[in-house]
Amino acid sequence: MIEEGRALFLQIAESVEDSIIDGTLAEEAQAPSTNELAAFYRINPATAAKGIAMLTDKGVLHKRRGIGMFVSRGARELLLGERRAAFADRFLDPLLAEARTLGLSPDDIARLLSERAARTTTEGTAR
Amino acid sequence: MTTVIEVKNLTKRYRDTVAADDVSFTIEKDTIYGLLGRNGAGKTTVMSILTAQNFATSGEVRVFGEHPYENARVLPRMCFVRESQRYPDDATATHALRMARLFFPRWSQELADRLVADFQLPMKKTIKKLSRGQLSAVGVIIGLASRAEITFFDEPYLGLDAVARQLFYDRLLEDYAEHPRTIILSSHLIDEVSNLLERVIVIDKGRIIMDEETEAVRGRAATIVGDTARVEAFVAGREVIHRESLGRVTSATVLGELTDADRSRLAAEGLDIAPVSLQQLIVRTTQHVESALTAAPEGAL
Repeated sequence: MIEEGRALFLQIAESVEDSIIDGTLAEEAQAPSTNELAAFYRINPATAAKGIAMLTDKGVLHKRRGIGMFVSRGARELLLGERRAAFADRFLDPLLAEARTLGLSPDDIARLLSERAARTTTEGTAR
Repeated sequence: MTTVIEVKNLTKRYRDTVAADDVSFTIEKDTIYGLLGRNGAGKTTVMSILTAQNFATSGEVRVFGEHPYENARVLPRMCFVRESQRYPDDATATHALRMARLFFPRWSQELADRLVADFQLPMKKTIKKLSRGQLSAVGVIIGLASRAEITFFDEPYLGLDAVARQLFYDRLLEDYAEHPRTIILSSHLIDEVSNLLERVIVIDKGRIIMDEETEAVRGRAATIVGDTARVEAFVAGREVIHRESLGRVTSATVLGELTDADRSRLAAEGLDIAPVSLQQLIVRTTQHVESALTAAPEGAL
């Protein structure tokens, strides 16, 4: 869950973002509180609060006075846009570097990719 | 932020050794601090001076704006749980908790009872006959249930197994969330406690070598692993705090956050990035500072 060497508040913010992206935390639903996050991840509440503050600044969460934090409308779209923009940097660059070491060309990768994608879709429909 | 402790130019000498060497720092209200460092670095000395159990050779100490010595306005607001707490020979845990209840104005009997059950502490045995872990549990229970405005835990876990230590950390976080207060946790199990800490103060040989927000320290160092020539080319001009080689593979730990450009370059060159935990960073920094200190006089010649 929590990995070393990265700011914890970023990891907390990302975990909440992940729930919004995969739909477990719907728009307009109440987000976990700072203390709930702190207890669940066993971290300092001030650190959890920093992660929540980051999401509030981004417009992903908003505060309803006296009740708690809620997921803003449009939050999922916003996060999807961000993640798509970072997709190439996060996943393709390391993939290309490893492929180069192994002597796989971009064409080889493209072929592998479509083979794999076909396999996962048939598996998906078989279920 | 409100400052609850202020230390200015604190020095403590025992004959030939300097346990605290011109130390200055402040402690803010309602924050969890880690006071970290090697054995004999001066952690206990500093904490015992702050709690008026020891005298400074020179320097200024203020707790809640006052001198702590024999000060009845200050002392009941602090709780110091030390590794080697002594109790009277015939005292039982019941006696110890009763004394604590009388001394600490914010004592929670409800929390104390719950912790006694959690740690399965025998209340009627004399403390002398308790196991090392049970003895530590007495200290931990008093430290938590006192709800003192400033609580010092000096290596509170001796003899506690992993499950009991986790229980301590969980109860500490829980109660802190509901009743915020200042906690100063001294430990050398840095990886175990690092996620609980808002700030870290690292003492080495009586001096403070780090006093920062924990989040700022995380991710500050990274270890670059791979082909020696490529690693050396990458780390040139950066501050390397540790280096190891095995054949043609080198692993170098560098200070400074890696930029996205750095990461792309490393990926393109087939170099791996290994994260550096807070514990590793502190160990490396301590070693680095120590070697710099021993190297300095030669350089001066």
